[in-house]
Order: sequence, then C-alpha cells, then structure tokens
Amino acid sequence: MAHDHPGDHDHGQAPPADIALRVKALESLLVEKGLVDPAALDAIVDHFEHRVGPRNGARVVARAWSDATYLERLRGDATVAIAELGYSGGQGEHMVAVENTPTLHNLVVCTLCSCYPWPVLGLPPVWYKSAPYRSRAVIDPRGVLAEFGTELPADVEVRVWDSTAEIRYLVIPERPAGTDALDEAALAALVTRDGMIGTARL
Amino acid sequence: MGGMHGLGPVAPEPDEPVFHADWERRTHALVIASPTRGNIDAGRHQRELIPGPEYLRITYYERWFAALREMLLKGGVVTPAEMASGRADPAAPKATPRLAPEAVAPALARTGSYLREAAGKPAFKVGERVRARNLHPVGHTRLPRYVRGHVGLVESHRGSHVFPDTHAHGAGEDPRPLYTVRFTARELWGPDAAPRDSVSLDLWEPYLERA
Repeated sequence: MAHDHPGDHDHGQAPPADIALRVKALESLLVEKGLVDPAALDAIVDHFEHRVGPRNGARVVARAWSDATYLERLRGDATVAIAELGYSGGQGEHMVAVENTPTLHNLVVCTLCSCYPWPVLGLPPVWYKSAPYRSRAVIDPRGVLAEFGTELPADVEVRVWDSTAEIRYLVIPERPAGTDALDEAALAALVTRDGMIGTARL
Repeated sequence: MGGMHGLGPVAPEPDEPVFHADWERRTHALVIASPTRGNIDAGRHQRELIPGPEYLRITYYERWFAALREMLLKGGVVTPAEMASGRADPAAPKATPRLAPEAVAPALARTGSYLREAAGKPAFKVGERVRARNLHPVGHTRLPRYVRGHVGLVESHRGSHVFPDTHAHGAGEDPRPLYTVRFTARELWGPDAAPRDSVSLDLWEPYLERA
C-alpha cells in the first residue's frame, strides 16, 4: 500500500479534492461571524508543529534514567513530575508512566479513538489513529510489534494499556546498555517516539 | 473496534509530518478554537455517530471536520442556511467570546482535570475481581465491546472522573470512580493468547460489577 505521499492515510483512499475548499469556507464563515480569530488558529498550528512532540517525552525519559529521585517522583505522580520539565496541557491532564524491564514490555493504544499524550509526544502519527492499529494492538500486540521490527521473546510479558479514559500513558523504555557515560541530552537523543508508545524497543 | 480482524496491516510512514495538508492544520485548529471546544466527550460522540462504513472510508481529519460541522449546527452556533451559503447571517447570534491569539499558549499549556469530588466511597478495592458489565447503550460509552462480560482485576483506583456516558449528551459530569482494570489476554481472547500477556483499561464504576 502506498503511504508515502501527502494526503494518504490509513486505508489508501485519497480524500475528496474539495475538502480543502470546504474547510476554508467553514473557517471564513466562523471568522466572519467573529467566532474564531485566524491568528489564533495560526498559533494553535504552531503549537502542535513546533512546541510539542516526542522530544519533550524524550527529555522526561532521559531524566528518569539519570536521576533516581526524579524517577520516584514520576512513579508517584507523573503529571506533576512531567510539569517540572515544563510540559503540561490538554491530553496530558492525568499522566501515568509505565516502565519496561527485561521481562516486561508495555504498549499503549486507544481502541476507541486516538487518545495520546499530546504535551509529551505531540499529535499521534496516522498509523496510531488507524483502524489496523486500534483493532490489533489489543488482540495481537506481538504481531504488531513484529511489524515494527520488534521481535519479543516469549518469556517477556506484554502489557497493553488501552487509554479508554483521560489517563494518558507514557512508556519509559529500558535504558540501552553501554550508555553510562552519556549525559541527559545525549540520552534523550536515543529515545524514539515509538519507544515511548511501545511499538519499539530501544 | 478493539480485537477485530481484517482491518489490514499497520502502515508506519517514515519521517511523518505532523499534518499532511494545510486543511488538516486548519481543521485541527478550528476544532480547538471553535465555541464547541468545551466538551471533549460530545466531540468524541459526534465522531462516533458517523456511520461505520463512512467512518472507515474517510480520513481522520475528515471525521473531525464532519463532526465539527454537526456540532456547530447542533449547538446553534451556525445556522443551516449559513452552513449552506458560507455567509454569515447578520441576524444570527454570535455570543461566544472567541479565543484570542495571545490566549492560545496559556490555554494549551493549562492542565485541566477530569478528577472530581464525588460523594460516597468507591465500590471496589484494588486487587478485587470485577466483571465488565454486558451493557450496550445507544448513546456514548467508553466501555469497549471486547471487554464486556469479561473478568479482570482492579489494579488502581484513579479517583472519581467525569462520566462520559452522561457528559457527552449534555446530561452533566456525574463523576464516578474510575479504575484501571487488568484482563488477561486469555480471558479476553481465549486459549491461543500468550499466557502472561494482559490488557489494562480505565473503566468507570457503572461499567463494572463484582465477580
């Protein structure tokens, strides 16, 4: 399935060409009615393209790896511990950190819609919001992981977290071996978005 | 759709952009800035009202756009005539204060809460066995079909949270105790599932009964 050109999505069907015009028409109407300000829309877009994203979550993970007292605070109240690093807001109101270990792997999904921890990971990728991921992550997490190139040994337990309420889960991957000498910034550079969703191991 | 087969492979896109088109940017921003923004559950419910075949055929942001239009009409924010013509009716009300550009950053960084004070004690304790009730409400619910009738263990009590089944319909927040409940993969999917794997869900007390 082609999924490498703009406008494509989870089932290979391009949206109707007039959607761009229809969105523009609705924006114009709401602006004309004084209900939205185009500059506010620009600011919202800027926030999601530039202010939030997986680099935020990576800083949380790197701090948890390098500071045992921070890890304790993250375990105690992840929302507060994450806010210490300046990340807060909608879709991050009730954060819970779940930690991978050599014998436990965590995977996060929202089978009902597309719930995702925006302040630490930004907006979810298309595949996370797609019917294939939403349907299969709960029944075949090992198959989904294998498609992402992550083969889990049978003795590693898989725990799937279906975000059905306003709790948002952040996976804390295992710290890779041989990284003792790295500082927090270098550690953060090792942390991937998929590692924090749980579809990859670092 | 949790647990359904046949919906195809997961298709990650390398170096995926945040948005794939400008209309997606504007749709996302409109949903956040529009006067309908106050009730997340109503928005989710509106997207669920898209008929199944249509829901699967259209893209994610087409769903958002379709639901936004419906919410604006339902809420009386935009009249059908305005929606059809694209022109504002000078006689139509515009009472809602709009989100100002300088208010965007504070609004997006503000951590609200779905936690509420609730009367009474939670009915279930951590470690207790509970069954997800076999409920099939016509309206909005956050009880996935794939756990209904199945038995799990209460892992945590998360306090009382806004109850989506009422909130989505404008029937109040009606906060109810929220629990994280863990179901073994074998309980949900049968004997072929991996023996130690599990799925945890956040479920409100009315979804559960003692098992």
